Amino acid sequence: MHGKSPLVSLMLSVRALQKSYRSGPDRVSVLRGVDLDVAPGESVALTGESGSGKSTLLHLIAGLDAADAGEVRFGDTLISQLSDAGRAAFRRDHLGLVFQQFNLIPSLSVADNLAFQSRIAGRHDAAWQAELIERLGLGSLLKRYPEQLSGGQQQRVAIGRALAVKPLLLLADEPTGNLDEATADEVMSLSRDLVSRTGCGFLMVTHSARLAAMLDRRVHLHAGLIA
Amino acid sequence: MKRALWILAVLLSHWRRHPMQLATLLVGLISATALWSGVQALNQQARISYDRAASALGGARTATLVGSNGESLPQQIFVELRRAGWPVSPMLEGRIQIGGRSLRLLGVEPLSLPIEASAAPAIGTSGLQGFLSPPGQTLIAPDTLAELKAAAGDTPLTNTGLTLPPLTPQNESVPGLLVVDIGVAQRLLNMPEKISQLLLGQRDLGPRAPLASIAGGETLRLVEPDAETDLERLTDSFHLNLTAFGLLSFLVGLFIVNSAIGLAFEQRRPMLRTLRACGVSALQLNSVLIVELVGLALLAGLIGLVCGYFIAATLLPDVAASLRGLYGAQIPGELTLRPQWWAAGLAISVIGALGAASASLLKAIRLPVLAAAQPYAWQQAQQTALIVQGALALIVFAGGVGCLLLGDSLVAGFAVLAAILLGAALALPAVLGLVLLLSERVARKPLAKWFWADSRMQLSGLSLALMALLLALGVNVGVGTMVQSFSKTFTGWLDGRLAAEVYLNAASDAQAVEIKAWLRDRPEVQAVLPGSRAEAQLGGWPIDLIGFADHATYREQWPLLESSPGAWDLVARGEAALISEQLALRLKLKLGDRVAVPTPQGSWPLEVVAIYADYGNPRGQLGVAIAALVAHFPGIAQTRFGLRVTPAAVPALVTALREKFALDNRSLADQAALKAESRKIFNRTFAVTNALNAFTLGIAGVALLTSLLTLSQSRLPQLAPLWAIGITRRKLAVIELMKTLSVALITALLALPLGLVVAWCLIAVVNVKAFGWRLPFQVFPEQLVQLVGIAMLASLLAALLPILNLLRMQPAQLVKVFADER
Repeated sequence: MHGKSPLVSLMLSVRALQKSYRSGPDRVSVLRGVDLDVAPGESVALTGESGSGKSTLLHLIAGLDAADAGEVRFGDTLISQLSDAGRAAFRRDHLGLVFQQFNLIPSLSVADNLAFQSRIAGRHDAAWQAELIERLGLGSLLKRYPEQLSGGQQQRVAIGRALAVKPLLLLADEPTGNLDEATADEVMSLSRDLVSRTGCGFLMVTHSARLAAMLDRRVHLHAGLIA
Repeated sequence: MKRALWILAVLLSHWRRHPMQLATLLVGLISATALWSGVQALNQQARISYDRAASALGGARTATLVGSNGESLPQQIFVELRRAGWPVSPMLEGRIQIGGRSLRLLGVEPLSLPIEASAAPAIGTSGLQGFLSPPGQTLIAPDTLAELKAAAGDTPLTNTGLTLPPLTPQNESVPGLLVVDIGVAQRLLNMPEKISQLLLGQRDLGPRAPLASIAGGETLRLVEPDAETDLERLTDSFHLNLTAFGLLSFLVGLFIVNSAIGLAFEQRRPMLRTLRACGVSALQLNSVLIVELVGLALLAGLIGLVCGYFIAATLLPDVAASLRGLYGAQIPGELTLRPQWWAAGLAISVIGALGAASASLLKAIRLPVLAAAQPYAWQQAQQTALIVQGALALIVFAGGVGCLLLGDSLVAGFAVLAAILLGAALALPAVLGLVLLLSERVARKPLAKWFWADSRMQLSGLSLALMALLLALGVNVGVGTMVQSFSKTFTGWLDGRLAAEVYLNAASDAQAVEIKAWLRDRPEVQAVLPGSRAEAQLGGWPIDLIGFADHATYREQWPLLESSPGAWDLVARGEAALISEQLALRLKLKLGDRVAVPTPQGSWPLEVVAIYADYGNPRGQLGVAIAALVAHFPGIAQTRFGLRVTPAAVPALVTALREKFALDNRSLADQAALKAESRKIFNRTFAVTNALNAFTLGIAGVALLTSLLTLSQSRLPQLAPLWAIGITRRKLAVIELMKTLSVALITALLALPLGLVVAWCLIAVVNVKAFGWRLPFQVFPEQLVQLVGIAMLASLLAALLPILNLLRMQPAQLVKVFADER
C-alpha cells in the first residue's frame, strides 16, 4: 500500500462558483453559482447536456481558468485566490488531469510521458511507477512514442501520468470519449481500481449514463446549476 | 533547478524527434552569425591597421601645430616656441621616389620628440647614436623594404639622384613610410630651413607664453590629436558598404531562424499546453524556452564564428587589394582577431535568435491553456498578420520617402535602401496573396482552383522564405545593375582619361631628361605630355593636384561633366583648375567658385572652371597646369609623362625604351596594360560585394528548402483526400512542385522591379553620398533573365527533396490521415 498525499484528509469544496464568457456582443453565463463537494476517496460523475458547463467547472477546479465569483477550496487552500503560478504549482503537486484528447507529449517516449509530471513535481516514485506500468499493461510499450499507440493505449498512458504524482484528486474530462465501448470499459475499470489504490478523489465529466453509474455518486449540471 | 532541467529535457526532445527543423534553425543562426562576423572581422582587421598607422611615428595621435593656411613653416619658429616653454618637436613631411615608387618621407628631430610619439626603438635613448651620427639611418617597415627589393644597410638613390642614409628595418614603422633625421629630410626634399609641422608633447616645460605673443605664432593653428585619421575618413564609405551587406546577410539568416522557430512553436503548441496543464507555470515555461534558445544560439554562434573566420580569411585578400588599390591603405594579409570579436559574435547570435523568436516567445507567454488544439490557427491568424504587415510596409515606405527628401548623408541613403527592401519584404505576402486569389478566381477546372487555393493556404508557411528570396534577388538585381552600369561607364571614361598610348615614370629627374632627349629623335612619337602630382589639404580633406600640359589630347578627350567657357585657356594660364566630381560634391563647389590651395610657396587661388568624373578615386583631385604646379611645389618630381605614339609603333617603342633605360613594368606601361590594371582594381573592388551577394542568395535558397521541408510534414491532410479520390502520387508530386515554382516565379518577377529600384537608389543616392560620383542608370535585360533563371533553379533544388519524399511515401502513411486513431 502506498502512502497517501499529505493533503488527503481534505476534500474539494466548490461554493457559489460563477463563470461567463463573451460571445460576440453578449455575455453567456456558463456557471451561475455552483456548489459541489468531493470527499477523499470518493468518485463522482459530472453529467449534463452539451453546453451545461461541465468542462468549464472541471477547468475551474483544476485551476486552468479563473472564476468570475465564488470559491474552489482544497482543505485550507483556496484555489480561486491563487495566482497563475500558484495554481500551476498546486496542479503540478496535487492534481491529476486526463482529457479526451489524451494530451501526451509527442516527442517523449511512453516511459518519459509517464514519469513527466511526477518528476517535475519532484515526487517521482520508481516503485509506484513500475506498479502503474504493470497494472496499465504498458510494459511492452515503454519505448514507443504516442503516435505509435492506439487511442486506448494513449489514454492508459495519460491516466498513468496523472496518477504517477499520487494526486489528491483525479480530474477527467470525457476520458473515454474517443474510445470504443470495450476499450472505454477497460479504461474505466483501470481508473477506478487505481483511484481506490491511491485513495484519491475522482471527478469525471461524462455524457454516458452507463459510465456514470459505475462511480459512487452522480451530479447533474443543468443550465449552469447543479440540478 | 532539477524541475527546470526536466522541462528543458522535454522541450529538447522535440528537436530530437525533428532533427531537420533543428538543422534549419542552426543553419539560419550559423549563416547569420558567420556572415555578420566575417564582415566585422574584415572591418576590424582594417581598423587595427589604420589605428596602427595613426599611433605610429608620424601618425595623427599627437597634437600638432601647423601653418594656418597649410603651408610649410620656417625652422626658426621651432626655436622661438621652445624658448617660450612650448614642448614642441619639428617635423618635415614630403614624398620622394625610389625606383619609380612613391614613398612618404618623414624627417624628425629625435632629441625633442615627445616620448608618446617616439614608437620606434631606433630613436629612443638606446638607438639614438646610430640615428643621429653620420651617415644616419632611414627607418623603414620590413614589408616596404621587401617591396623595394632592398636589404638592410642599402643606401638607395632618389629620383633626384640624392642618396638616402642606410635602410634600417623597424617592425614599428608604418608600411610606405621612411623616417630620417630632419636635416636629412630637408636635403632630400630640397626644403632647407623648412618644417611642415610641430608635434606638441604632453610634457610640462613650465609656464608658456601665449602663442600670439611669439614671433610667427599668429600663423600657427593647433590640431588636436585626431580621433579619426584621413585613412579612416576615406575608407568609411567602403566599410559602411561592407557592413550594410553583412547586415543584409544577417537579416536573411534571421528569416530562416524566425521561420524555423515559428514552425517549431506551432508544432510544440500542444506540448506547451500539456506542460501548463501538468503544472508548469507560464513564467517557468518561458524562462526555460529562453534558456533553450540561448543555449542553441551560443552553440550556433560558436560554429558561426569559426565559419565567419574562414569567410573573412577568404575575402581578406580581395578586401586588402581593394583598400590598397583605392585608398593606399596597407592591410596585412593575415587575420588577427581580438577577444571582443568572439564576444560580439556570440552576442549577435543570441540577440538575433531572441529577436527572431520574439513573436513566438510572446505567443508562448500569452498561450491560453484551454484553447482547443488548432493546428491551423497560425495560418488563420496570418490573415490578420497580412493586413498588419501591409500597413507596416506602407509606413516603412513613407519613412523611406521621408529619408530621401530630408536626409543628406550616407546613413540616410542606406536608410532609404533599407526602407525599400524592408517595405517590399513586408508587402510581399499581401501581394502574393492577391495574385494567387485572382488566379483562383480565373481558374475554371476544379483541380486548378484547388491548385491556387492550396498555394494561398501554403503561403503563410512559405512567406518568410519567400521574403528572404525576394530580398536576396532584389539586392542581386540592384547590385548587379549598379556594377554593370558602373562597368560600362568606367570603360568609356577610362578611354577618355587614358588617351596617351604609353605612360612612363623615370627613376629620376636626370633620367627623365635623358629619356625626353632620346624621344625627340623618334619619329613615331607625336607628343611628349609631362605630368606631375602634388598632395595638399583642402577643406580638411587630403587632395591630389594633377599637373598636365596644355595639349589637344586633354582638350579633346578629358571627360568633363560640365565646364565654363574658355576653361582650358584659364587652366593653362595657372589661374583655374578642373575639379573632380567627388571633391566638388564634398566641398559643395560649383563652376565659378574659387578655392585657395595651400602650397609651400603660399596660398594658390584657383577658379573652378570644369568638373570631371574621376571614378574609383576616393581622394579629391584638382587638375591644373603643370608649369603652375611646379612653380607652387618646387620639390615635386617631374618624372612622369605620357607619349602620343602611332598605335602600330607602340610595342617596338616600349621594347626599345625598356632595353635602353632598364625600365620595369611599374615604370613603363602601354595604354592597354594600364586599362587592364585599372579594370582589375575595379573588379576587385566589387569582388567582396559579389561574394556577399552570392552568399545571400545561397542562404535564401536554404531558407526556401528548409521551409518546404518543414511544411511538407504538415501537407498530408491536404494531399491525402486528393490521393483518395484517384490522383496518383506522381501527379500530386508534380502539382506540389508546380505550386512551389509558381510562387517562386511570382516572387522572382516581383524582385525585378524591386531590384531596379534598389539599383536606382544605389546609383543615385548611396553612390553619390559614399563616393561622390553619379552614374547613368542603365538596365541589362540579359542579366535579369539570368537571375530569374538562377532563382528558379534554386527553387527547383529546394523543392526537390520534399517532392521525392512524397513520391516515395507509402500508401499506409496517406491512409493514416483518415484513421480515427492516429
